[in-house]
Amino acid sequence: MQTPYLLFTLLILSVLAYFIGKRRSVTVVEGALRELHSLPAYYGYYTALWGLIPALFLMLVWLSFEPTWLAHQTVASLPEEIKSLPSSKLNLQLNNIKNVAAGLQVSQRVDPLIVEAAEHYNRLRKISNFALTLVVLTCSLTGIWLAHKKINKDYRARNVVEKIMTGLMILASTIAIFTTVGIVASVVFESLLFFRQVPFFDFLFGLEWSPQTALRADQVGSSGAFGAVPLFAGTLLISSIALIVAVPIGLMSAIYLSEFAGSKFRSTAKPTLEILAGIPTVVYGFFAALTVAPFIRETGELWGWVVSSESALAAGLVMGIMIIPFVSSLSDDVINAVPQSLRDAAYALGATQAETIKQIILPAALPGIVGSILLAASRAIGETMIVVMAAGLAANLTANPLEAVTTVTVQIVTLLVGDQEFDSPKTLSAFALGLMLFVVTLALNVIALHIVRKYREQYE
Amino acid sequence: MNNRTDSLSTMEKVRKGIAKRRSAERRFRFYGLTGIVLGLVFVLILFISIIGKGYGAFQQTQIALDIEFLESVIDPNQTRDSKVISRADYNSLIRKSLTKVFPEVKGRRQIRDLNRMISSGAMFQLRDRVLEDPSVIGRSERVWLLASDDYDMLMKGHIERSVPESERRLKDHQVAWVDKLLEQGLIKKRFNTFFFTAGDSRAPEMAGIRGALMGSMYTLFVTLVLSFPIGAATAVYLEEFAPTNKWTDLIEVNINNLAAVPSIVFGLLGLAMFINFFGLPRSAPLVGGLVLTLMTLPTIIIAGRAALKSVPPSIREAALGMGASKLQTVFHHVLPLALPGMLTGTIIGMAQALGETAPLLMIGMVAFIVDIPKGIFDSATVLPVQIYLWADSPERAFVERTSAAIMVLLAFLISMNAVAVFLRKRFERRW
Repeated sequence: MQTPYLLFTLLILSVLAYFIGKRRSVTVVEGALRELHSLPAYYGYYTALWGLIPALFLMLVWLSFEPTWLAHQTVASLPEEIKSLPSSKLNLQLNNIKNVAAGLQVSQRVDPLIVEAAEHYNRLRKISNFALTLVVLTCSLTGIWLAHKKINKDYRARNVVEKIMTGLMILASTIAIFTTVGIVASVVFESLLFFRQVPFFDFLFGLEWSPQTALRADQVGSSGAFGAVPLFAGTLLISSIALIVAVPIGLMSAIYLSEFAGSKFRSTAKPTLEILAGIPTVVYGFFAALTVAPFIRETGELWGWVVSSESALAAGLVMGIMIIPFVSSLSDDVINAVPQSLRDAAYALGATQAETIKQIILPAALPGIVGSILLAASRAIGETMIVVMAAGLAANLTANPLEAVTTVTVQIVTLLVGDQEFDSPKTLSAFALGLMLFVVTLALNVIALHIVRKYREQYE
Repeated sequence: MNNRTDSLSTMEKVRKGIAKRRSAERRFRFYGLTGIVLGLVFVLILFISIIGKGYGAFQQTQIALDIEFLESVIDPNQTRDSKVISRADYNSLIRKSLTKVFPEVKGRRQIRDLNRMISSGAMFQLRDRVLEDPSVIGRSERVWLLASDDYDMLMKGHIERSVPESERRLKDHQVAWVDKLLEQGLIKKRFNTFFFTAGDSRAPEMAGIRGALMGSMYTLFVTLVLSFPIGAATAVYLEEFAPTNKWTDLIEVNINNLAAVPSIVFGLLGLAMFINFFGLPRSAPLVGGLVLTLMTLPTIIIAGRAALKSVPPSIREAALGMGASKLQTVFHHVLPLALPGMLTGTIIGMAQALGETAPLLMIGMVAFIVDIPKGIFDSATVLPVQIYLWADSPERAFVERTSAAIMVLLAFLISMNAVAVFLRKRFERRW
């Protein structure tokens, strides 16, 4: 049976088990429900859970080991000369076999050896599939049978069901931890492989970035330099432009919305501004590449400047537009959190509204505003699609916003889209860049959240 | 006496400064308003530029030709076998019909140009017509066929006739053909159904968003099925059951940090874990859905917790007082009241997931896929990635398609958000 159908069958079985368990509990006490420890439905849930959870678990384990087992068995059946190939070529053969097995290979000239292996692979898969179906269904039925046998009037089904439910909820909540662990593990593991080939300090302080490694020793122009400084500089340049755009606009609109605007204006302007936060970044990228960049280039040419068509300015400007709502809504929150008593005191001393804001509210809200700017900065650094579509690809160490620069995220995308070889430093360097990105944004966020929290405590 | 003059001078100072202070006030207010207006203007420019570029793609230039469905070409042995029919040389039928309309065109290059007027996909239009109704074989019928992208651009005014011939993609004789067709009413812009029913294609006039839309649907389905139960369970546990200890703190810190991790890092996780380690298929909506689940979980959990928090404690106390267990209290009383808020958060999370591009590039959903995916294990692409791919294509006609695809994407996002707002307005209770 195919996996989706198997899942469906399992679900049906457990629904049936619910009714079986419920019926059983009622018949056990011959209809005198007061005698039962729990409500009949709980006996139903109990039986259903026994029919579902062990079987599901088994299926998950089976399916996660099946590909490895299949590959191993298929390789084992191959003749010796293929088996002794280096692992990368062996994987290629294995992929071929899988493609043929799936009926994907349309070209006529397929090695009969491969066809045979593919048939073997298909046979194995059928066996595995059949065994899985058998094992899972047996497990489910046994579970139901066991649960059914256990039901009697004193059995505390509710307590057990509640315990299982709580356990499942705890399991769900640990997924967040597993995700973090997964991110750190996958990024760090590949980065370590990378740093074994390229020294850590060469990567961190090197001034040249050209990740094309030579395939042959005599190839021209494939030095494979992995100095990440130009990427960091490019990221910094574009993010700074974005912040220069977003901070004044975001901050001023937050001040106006929270201090000056009437409730009617506020209730239309604020959601409209927040539309900017909901627009997918790929749309901004398109806008930057096809509308803003040509506009900037033409304007620059009018003044006699040489502007690259992938200028940092275009990407930064559009990224700035994107993070306006982050700055404005976070600043809005912190400005609103300043106690009214401070404002009243300033007015009582004869200060105008603008003076109150400039001299009382902004200094009081400053830590929170700094926090929100840091959050916006981390957003800008990690932003991918705008720079992929509107910034350059070649590393360029410059501070001129009219030139094309590249960023960390652009490099990650260009290095990983397409074919990857997980033994070349070219592919692995993307993970090292990812590690840097993760560390920097995490640090920015932790600092920002810490500042915001500390500030909030001050006024509570 | 001395005192009095002093205070007078202070008052004077204040009075003198008032005008200046008032203008400073006005200036400050103006800056604030400028900030907002700039923000709103950006929204406006963005929408105008995209709609202005994209509305044209909902129409497509088509050319009417009287096609003779010759039996000798389509099905010479009269088998009416669908295999034979689909392999027939429909291009020759189109060529024949074109020379009838333009008998004056001579010379190999000219004839080749003429044949290129019709899209290379037109043969499939004819094939589908015959497969749908084989009785058309042997008859002659007027069929609207897709024009190729350059002619479409000319009809839409993106190729200007005033530009000198050498800089134009269509030369004078080709423009003259269009004029002749226009005179006879044989060329027309018609509603572009292809855009909604076709998969991706290298030829702009053949490219549609159906494949990407289906890919997005499957990916979102996986995301929803996984992230809503997990997110809701996590929110309930953290808000209602979790003891305050280091473990709970750790979970909370993790959730808050995950919400701020750049999306591309999730792509790295997907590539290293799901594809390399677990060996799941590349480019499949299943993997995309898994990655997006991890990304949207924080949003759903945070929204779910806020919704649970807003349910007043009196509800819980009443239920507990009636003898309900802790779990019964939560599942029978608190959760139903918090559900609208949780759903709102989920819809907003789904909208984020629908617009996400970067992590999906990492897991290979950027492949050029013509077929429309049929399940969560098929290779697929999603709408935002399709936009990215088209934005990279050099043909002018793809700019229009890209903008139109963006309009479709934005329409989905706006309607999802509208549903969320509606849910919140309709079911939100103030206690």
